[in-house]
Amino acid sequence: MENSCQDNRAISPLLSLREISKSFDGVEALQSVDLDLFSGEILGLVGDNGAGKSTLIKILSGVHAPDTGQLNIGGRQVDFKTYDVRRARRLGIETVFQDCSLGEKQPLWRNIFVGRPITNRLGFIRVREQKRAALEILHHHVGLKGAGINANARVRHLSGGERQGLTIGRAMYFDSRIIVLDEPTTALSLKEVDKVLSFVGQIVRQDKACIYISHNMSHLYRVAHRIVLMNRGRIVGEYLKNDLSLEELGVKLMMAHTISDGGR
Amino acid sequence: MMIPSLLHRFKIQAGIFGVLVCLIGVFMLLSPETFLSSRIYISFGSTIPFVAILALGLTFLVIAGEMDMSFPSVMAIAGLTFTDVFLVTQNPFLGIIAALLVGGLAGWINGLLVVKVGVPSIIATIGTQFFWRGLSTLLASGLARNIVPVRETLLHHILVGRIGGLIPAQALWCLGIAGGLALMLNRHVLGDHVLFIGDDIHTAHLMGINTDNVRMLLFVFMGTVSALVSVMVCLEMANWWPTQGEGYLLLVFASIFIGGTSVFGGEGTVFGTFIGAIIIGIIEAGIISAGLSGFWTRLVYGLIIVISVSVYARLMNIRRALH
Repeated sequence: MENSCQDNRAISPLLSLREISKSFDGVEALQSVDLDLFSGEILGLVGDNGAGKSTLIKILSGVHAPDTGQLNIGGRQVDFKTYDVRRARRLGIETVFQDCSLGEKQPLWRNIFVGRPITNRLGFIRVREQKRAALEILHHHVGLKGAGINANARVRHLSGGERQGLTIGRAMYFDSRIIVLDEPTTALSLKEVDKVLSFVGQIVRQDKACIYISHNMSHLYRVAHRIVLMNRGRIVGEYLKNDLSLEELGVKLMMAHTISDGGR
Repeated sequence: MMIPSLLHRFKIQAGIFGVLVCLIGVFMLLSPETFLSSRIYISFGSTIPFVAILALGLTFLVIAGEMDMSFPSVMAIAGLTFTDVFLVTQNPFLGIIAALLVGGLAGWINGLLVVKVGVPSIIATIGTQFFWRGLSTLLASGLARNIVPVRETLLHHILVGRIGGLIPAQALWCLGIAGGLALMLNRHVLGDHVLFIGDDIHTAHLMGINTDNVRMLLFVFMGTVSALVSVMVCLEMANWWPTQGEGYLLLVFASIFIGGTSVFGGEGTVFGTFIGAIIIGIIEAGIISAGLSGFWTRLVYGLIIVISVSVYARLMNIRRALH
């Protein structure tokens, strides 16, 4: 029974990328990348700067279109001609970009709904509804009950951990099936890291999937189920967390860089 | 954390309003005959709206992190279009339609240069400022146009007439436009986009806002607003002249920055700009009726601008230091 169940999962991934290539001004950022993401898993994506991780998630989230390749979401092929950030969100992909997901000077109730406010037919924002939703996210998803934090607070008054909590809470509020997190624990205190990693854990409990990108192997190793190693625009390794230790992962990462440097 | 920030937000508004009240109070003390009679306020109602409407339009661009230096020249070319179409057809409504189209086109060209070509807006619009000024002067051979018959037209009464023989129509237009724009900025999805673009355009783009379209729209809007004001000025003066609009450039900037709009974008209010324009608009009359020479006007403008932007800068720094 368990086997057949796993087979089903293997046949229909939540998301799959096939032979994705992308170059910028002649520099190949991605070369024929294949990747699957399954429901209920946290996929750790690792690699050095320039490995192609950011390009990959920007293609996923509709910021860039690839030169060639296919993207399937929920079994349906995406048409890159009409695929953009809004479309990606509608298909359930929510990306939390490092330092680039919130407007610092704007209140929380605007930030929760940035790019997709609740409006009436004339385009006027339903402010009360947005504030109510903002409070709900602050209390239930983020657990921010700190004194003075409410829907009118400005993002610049929040700590790094609170910001990550807010963006992840926002993704959960919109019920996104696939949440992409880009370096969510950078510049956070230890306590805040714990909090953010527990948010990430909650995502999968709700039968969703997450792509987790980080340079910090120990944080990534704590939450990821499967780890994909990228180098120079290619996927060079794929490991189940249970099959290797954190130390072995570090070695693999270093070796990948050394080999590619040697091959220059 | 949040309550001081909210209070702070209204502190700027309240502060600007307080400055205005103080100014009027001082002027009332210095020259009671002038400032306690209604005549001066009716006169303000006929002059201030031109600066205020321009400043309100530009406020949106500044909040979005952009700038338009070309609007005085766009006024000139749109005003020339209005007068010439009126002189040829005797129809002021055809004139205003043509002027608004020309203004919108000029704004669209600014938008094209900034959004599609990628020229920083301050530089692009300095270029187009020279271009439109040059073109208008060339087309008019450097001569003014007289359009006295326009005073008898319906459009004149609608845009700059005196309602009940007293209240200047442009004051009501200005109030209506300010109300509409405040609603757009604070409650409409477009205002939301403008705030986020000014806050950080890269983030806005990643969050699915079509930053190109919104910025194009703002430039076209500013061009159209400039054209509308130029038509109002032509109607009010029954005249078009080659340097039309030039005097507004600095007054409009002063109104916006006295009003507390951040030059860094992402922050600003319609209310602040509106009060800023009134402050700028009453200073000259106040100085002259107080018996000082008109030469004082610019000095006082300078003082008020420097003091207000310094206060905002300190407030911002204190706020940053606190968090």
